[in-house]
Amino acid sequence: MSTEPSPTLDAPADDRPQDDLTQQVYNSPKERAIKYLLGACALVSVLTTIGIAAVLVIESIPFFQNVALAEFFGDTRWTPQFANKHFGIWALLSGTVLVTVISAVVALPIGLASAIFISEYAVPWMRQILKPGLELLAGVPTVVYGYFALTFVTPLLQTFIPGLGVYNALSGGIVVGIMIIPMVASLSEDALQAVPDSLGQAAYALGATKFETVVRVDVPAAFSGIMASFILAVSRAIGETMIVTLAAGATPRMTLNPAESIQTMTAFIVQVSKGDTPQGTIVYQSIFAVGLVLFLITLVMNIIANRITLHYQERY
Amino acid sequence: MESSNGTFNLRRKRRKRLGMILAGVLFLATIFGVVVLVTLLVDVITTGISWLDGSFLTRFPSRNPEEAGIKSALVGSLWLMGLTALISVPLGVASAVYLEEYAKDGWFLRFIQINIANLAGVPSVVYGMLGLALFVRFAGFENSLLAGALTLSLLILPIIIISTQEALRGIPSGLRESAYALGATRWQVIRSHVLPMAAPGIFTGVILASSRAIGETAPLILVGALTFIPFLPRGAMDQFTALPIQIFNWTARPQDEFRSLAAAAIIVLMILLFTMNLSAILLRNYFEDRRAGA
Repeated sequence: MSTEPSPTLDAPADDRPQDDLTQQVYNSPKERAIKYLLGACALVSVLTTIGIAAVLVIESIPFFQNVALAEFFGDTRWTPQFANKHFGIWALLSGTVLVTVISAVVALPIGLASAIFISEYAVPWMRQILKPGLELLAGVPTVVYGYFALTFVTPLLQTFIPGLGVYNALSGGIVVGIMIIPMVASLSEDALQAVPDSLGQAAYALGATKFETVVRVDVPAAFSGIMASFILAVSRAIGETMIVTLAAGATPRMTLNPAESIQTMTAFIVQVSKGDTPQGTIVYQSIFAVGLVLFLITLVMNIIANRITLHYQERY
Repeated sequence: MESSNGTFNLRRKRRKRLGMILAGVLFLATIFGVVVLVTLLVDVITTGISWLDGSFLTRFPSRNPEEAGIKSALVGSLWLMGLTALISVPLGVASAVYLEEYAKDGWFLRFIQINIANLAGVPSVVYGMLGLALFVRFAGFENSLLAGALTLSLLILPIIIISTQEALRGIPSGLRESAYALGATRWQVIRSHVLPMAAPGIFTGVILASSRAIGETAPLILVGALTFIPFLPRGAMDQFTALPIQIFNWTARPQDEFRSLAAAAIIVLMILLFTMNLSAILLRNYFEDRRAGA
């Protein structure tokens, strides 16, 4: 990683005299202090990870003392506000899965198509419009997407689907999908760019057309990178909060019907924390248990995606 | 011979035509994103523009939509952005310098790198929970600007580190070596050569990270940013609200007037964001051109 100045400067051999001027300057207390100071800053990121894990585990211990793991993972009802409380994570998890699947159906094909077009077809002036356009799309805050879902996409869907409620998983899912398109597009494009030209040229030499080359040579060659982009984008969709809070509803239920109002894990966390739920109550503690599940799911997906990315980077 | 050649030509024509059609489909999918962006902007502008006037920026929130404004939200957001940059930029740049210029290749460096990549993928609402437990309650900062800024700082730290590392990697090693050859120490090389050269790249990354921070909503809800703040914060320990919080609150209300107010606030937020993004893109292009020309 670091650029070594030269072996003699960087690591003085033991037999060098201690009064060597170079070594004194190079290893002076000031230089060493700076090095450790910078190193301490780099440790903040590690501490952040430890902090997240510690907070989620410690804060959810009181919750799991009251709610058995068997209920948490066995029940299908999530009714913390009712007198008869149920804490079955599946009701929230299914909402998250439903929204995520809808968003993937929107974003993965469109994102991949965008990546292929920008990487293989677009002439320079088109790239100069499309890439910043996608970057701007990626820069739109999620609360703005939430507004768009609730006040534009839902009424639009209601003209096609009579009887569709104001809050539904479909509208939220579609807009979450729109939000993650730029992510799929830009990461998949990186993967396609990493494919050596010689592969495509070999296909042309065998008489393949441009489209055949792209679809049957370039895309399969970039497959692992494209998969990594899919996983990262889906993980982002799982953790998306404001769109689903505003547009998908606040009714935790196990359903696969996209027209129904649901609640995702993230939306539940926001609902509790913006209300006046007193600290120390079981409802308040439950958000940390839900947060722990959310964190673990996204962490596993990110680790898988990053592993795949490292793997394909080494291949060519 | 003749006929088989003819079949080949015919099939080749068909294959090419199919390819053209499917390429057209790819193009349509690609401009879908741009079309959505334009639709969103037009929708927001047509809904919100009539509510957006000078006094909208200088009035406090109100239960009466006719009298409501975003003064405290706008000022709160600017406070947040300033504090967040103050905390996260030195930390992020220092981390990146350590990782790129000091750390030896090995398991520890790889571990930190993987950790940063994974942190970048942690949902922002989870950072909010960290901020709630650590800064709001454990450190006792309550629902203050400081608690919000610290939370957002941790959130954008991975972005700053990654973009700074990329900027540092773009500096040719010959530059470092020539400075070492003149007897400069490692820190002298970094301070007087590497950092100034990498500054435009670092700056671009900082702007993009700040624009991420200014649009974040969920972590601020978790750390207790309030929606109704009819006063301006006077210090980092004061309670606050922010533009995204105000937008969320107005959007969540069923009345059309408040949704229009939300659209007006979105226009202000988007102008802020586009200005930041555009300056980052222009800055990057300017320095890329200059470097290519040199």
